[in-house]
Amino acid sequence: MKSFNYHAPKDVKDASKLASSSSAFLAGGMTTIPSMKLGLASYKDVIDIKNIKKLSGIKVSGKTVTIGATTKHVEVATSKDVKKAIPALAKLAGNIGDAQVRNRGTIGGSISNNDPSACYPSACMALNAVIHTNKRKIDAEKFFTGMFETALKSGELVEAVEFQIPEKADYQKHPNPASRYAIIGVFVAKHKKDVNVAVTGAKSCVYIDKDLSKKLSSSFSVSAIEGSEVKSSGMNSDMHASAEYRANLVSLYAKKAVEAC
Amino acid sequence: MASLVGSRVERKEDTRFLQGKGRYTADINIANQTYAVFVRSPHARAKIKSVDTSKALKSSGVVGVLTGKEIAEDKIGGLIAGWAIRSEDGSEMKVPANPPLAKDLANFVGEPIAVVFAETLDEAKEGAEKVKVDYKVLKAVVDPAEAMKSDAIHDGVDKNLCYDWLLGDRKAVDEAFSKADKIIKVDLINNRLVPNAMEPRACVVDYNTASEEITLYTTSQNPHLSRLVMSAFGGVAPENKLRVVAPDVGGGFGSKINVYNEEIVCSWASKKIERPIKWVAERTESFLTDTHGRDHVTHAELAVTNDGKFLGFKNETIANLGAYARVFGTVTPTYLFGPCATGVYVIPAAYSNVKAVYTNTAPVDAYRGAGRPEATYTIERLVEKAAMELGMDKTEIRMKNFPTQFPFKQTLVHTVDSGDYVAGLEKAKQMADYAGFEARRKKSEANGKLRGIGVSSYFEACGIAPSAAVMSLGCGVGLWESAEVRFNPTGQISVFTGAHSHGQSHDTTFAQIAADELGVPMENIDVVHGDTDKGTFGMGTYGSRSLTVGGIAIVNACKKIVAKGKRVAAKMLEVNEDEIEFKDGEFVALKSNKKKTIGEVAFACYLPGQRDEMKSPIPEGDEPGLIESSFFDPANFSFPAGSHICEVEIDPDTGNVKVEKYTAVDDFGRIVNPMIVEGQVHGGIAQGIGQALHENTQYDETGQLMTASYMDYTMPRADNFPEFNLGFTCTHATSNPLGVKGCGEAGAIASPPTVMNAVIDALGGQEISMPATAEKVWKACKSMKKSNAKAA
Ligand SMILES: Cc1cc2nc3c(=O)[nH]c(=O)nc-3n(C[C@H](O)[C@H](O)[C@H](O)COP(=O)(O)OP(=O)(O)OC[C@H]3O[C@@H](n4cnc5c(N)ncnc54)[C@H](O)[C@@H]3O)c2cc1C
Repeated sequence: MKSFNYHAPKDVKDASKLASSSSAFLAGGMTTIPSMKLGLASYKDVIDIKNIKKLSGIKVSGKTVTIGATTKHVEVATSKDVKKAIPALAKLAGNIGDAQVRNRGTIGGSISNNDPSACYPSACMALNAVIHTNKRKIDAEKFFTGMFETALKSGELVEAVEFQIPEKADYQKHPNPASRYAIIGVFVAKHKKDVNVAVTGAKSCVYIDKDLSKKLSSSFSVSAIEGSEVKSSGMNSDMHASAEYRANLVSLYAKKAVEAC
Repeated sequence: MASLVGSRVERKEDTRFLQGKGRYTADINIANQTYAVFVRSPHARAKIKSVDTSKALKSSGVVGVLTGKEIAEDKIGGLIAGWAIRSEDGSEMKVPANPPLAKDLANFVGEPIAVVFAETLDEAKEGAEKVKVDYKVLKAVVDPAEAMKSDAIHDGVDKNLCYDWLLGDRKAVDEAFSKADKIIKVDLINNRLVPNAMEPRACVVDYNTASEEITLYTTSQNPHLSRLVMSAFGGVAPENKLRVVAPDVGGGFGSKINVYNEEIVCSWASKKIERPIKWVAERTESFLTDTHGRDHVTHAELAVTNDGKFLGFKNETIANLGAYARVFGTVTPTYLFGPCATGVYVIPAAYSNVKAVYTNTAPVDAYRGAGRPEATYTIERLVEKAAMELGMDKTEIRMKNFPTQFPFKQTLVHTVDSGDYVAGLEKAKQMADYAGFEARRKKSEANGKLRGIGVSSYFEACGIAPSAAVMSLGCGVGLWESAEVRFNPTGQISVFTGAHSHGQSHDTTFAQIAADELGVPMENIDVVHGDTDKGTFGMGTYGSRSLTVGGIAIVNACKKIVAKGKRVAAKMLEVNEDEIEFKDGEFVALKSNKKKTIGEVAFACYLPGQRDEMKSPIPEGDEPGLIESSFFDPANFSFPAGSHICEVEIDPDTGNVKVEKYTAVDDFGRIVNPMIVEGQVHGGIAQGIGQALHENTQYDETGQLMTASYMDYTMPRADNFPEFNLGFTCTHATSNPLGVKGCGEAGAIASPPTVMNAVIDALGGQEISMPATAEKVWKACKSMKKSNAKAA
């Protein structure tokens, strides 16, 4: 690993002041540290944000659940409040990677990294999440812009993610047998007016399957999407899964999710 | 005293391992040590036009940089192939030179080109980044099936062919085939595996400028062999100036048999830079450069009669050696594979033909089972297919072709001393509730799932030793094992063994057998291994040989101790030697019932005479002291055997395969410690299920390893397995006095075909290749649905 300056600011202001084009925020470090060790990334300044108290914690208000950026997966998975308000979100967090990853990885790190096979981005999309940063509020659908890319500007820090509490929701995942990331993850959320089917793992970036969402909005049942074909064009094809297989899994897991709702 | 052999004694080594107190090579630090980082080829095949070290040498903290040029100038030898295999036409195998640092050509990704030593690891890494290698990239040869049609990657190795080997009689086989009612054919790929020892390879070298002795701490399964190879072939130092220590080693599975580039280079360099050197592989380096396992492409045929009798067997295999032939690289796909490929059956005519090819991939060598898993996979896939095509029960067809008389002269090489294959399969059927399968299948079907059952019966030749046998097969040296038993004056005992434990629990097993022989508590015995300065020369641990060869040497050395003890006790008790009986640690004069304990006798051997009694207890012709050694070279291999049965359930929507039940019945002869043996079987089965369902080593067409980390290489995990259902049958080996057979590899040998037979059974006979990943299985389920729809 190349040497770097380590900072551990106590508040967001200091953290953002330290940020530059050659810095990285350090949350759980589950992505950042391996990539630094492997020489895939190197930074002049590493800004550890775990000491910033206000970035951690879970709040439930009437209609939303707000999770601080440095809240760990294990905290979301075991939170009574989350389990009550959005059980699907707790389930999602409880199936991320393995115990070691869940004990360190954070929601802020996950969405800022926007790995095409990460789980949280699908929850953000399906639950109409609003991403709070130190500069602004960004709707999920505008936040995830491409493979490992987000709307975050240099030095911009995710403070919290605010999820809309749905009527019903479920997350279904086909894990990569090696890493246990999602080969496919489907988050189905039924809101009062409409239904969102968000898909991760299938393409270069998380997306809403409009066809499935529309069909389920008019009738929230497995039969509504039975037989509807999910096209494999544009889907990832790699040594772990072909596009065709992924397409099959999307329609399969969408049905499973509806069934589990 | 109750016998310790046969009881579930808790592992002595667990005290240190479970408390994190193991001492591994990476735990060793020497004052003033430097850190080594290797510059490795990023290309699978490239000409090395130049290596510029000038910037690296100026880099902060760098102590030295060495390249292939210097190592060639110093005439340091390269890595070796341990077994000479002849082609069918009588010609010798073709083995290219394998220099420790590549000078002119790089032949696989990860091959070391240069090495940088620095004061800190980070400085060594920085320095290594500054070594500038100018490559001319050449087209890589990757696919073993295409290798013979591709450019030769080594000078003088035409068609990339190391050898074209034949065992058996083609003509007899042709004749047998002409009489067959049916010919069963399979095309198989035995997937390449990365060994993934938990502890990566490492070495620490300490050169003593005063004594000119090199001490090499290293992750080796066989420190004495390492010293021999480095001295005799590497020319690193004379044997008496080279001490090799393999302390606690965290798993080998065959990948730590070889002396590797890094050990040779660091040992040589330590003398050159006159500083200690430490090198520890990173996980990526392990993936790229540890010797891999398997990698066969096989076409095999079985000639059968309509009532299920086997008449003949053909095996045409291409074995991928990778870029170079290493210690067991050439024998694994020949003598460890070919003879066992006819399995546990009476087959009147058979041959195995193996073409071993070089490719621009990591060298392939022994990996748990080495050749025998490939053999078992070949025959057991054929037999299962034969049952299917003949409409016979899977177990009935096997029973029908088992030998019933032992010794059993197997078709190609081995004479199997003992066994009872029928008993093993009967017991497995019972334990697996084979008869109840159909009901379970129906239940799965009602839940929309496909259920399959697979059987595999195996035997294997292990306890790799008998010198006469292995040398006639082409081994460069005889293989035996040594032991020395040292009684200390105050009664504790050190047992030195040439075998090496890297997960096999020798501290416990060997102490059990020595304690039984000597009639002393196990706690008094320490097993010492892994240091060429302690104990005599030994061959190390691989091929399930430690107990059947090394353990017997211990037994024999103990017997010599007792024999001498008898003579001494007789003199002490003033009776004739033949009037003494040794029992439970005591020498008893039968007539007078006077006794001396073995501890008293040992004390007397060292401190002859007492104050008032100046008479020496040492008989005339004997020397003082109580130390005995033994070299054991058995009369034959040992032949464990058994039958495994697996049940899988497949979700046709996802292709996920769940191993629902796994039953293994093995015959390991007499069992010293059932708990340890069960652990060995568990580990082997886990690795075999890993091969069958998960582990998928993939190179792309340019020779880059795509699966070079745990993000992409699927290691099986605990939640991939059911609880294993283990049983044993027992026929004693006749080739050693304990009647023991090897148990270390059996699980990995038997399980891949067992699992695949179950998967293929669930898929209605549709063949798929290992690993049976979810997507492959899903595709097979889809085409099954289609053909079922057509049929309906
Ligand atoms: C073996 C393994 C398995 C995994 N499996 C899964 C899985 O199944 N599903 C899944 O969803 N994920 C999975 N992950 C990802 C993991 O859960 C983490 O979420 C992810 O690695 C990043 O989170 P982190 O907190 O560790 O972030 P870090 O590694 O610390 O940071 C990641 C990136 O985000 C930036 N960053 C971090 N926090 C902020 C912030 N508040 N504001 C702005 N930028 C920020 C960092 O600068 C960095 O660029 C896996 C990871 C591993 C190593």
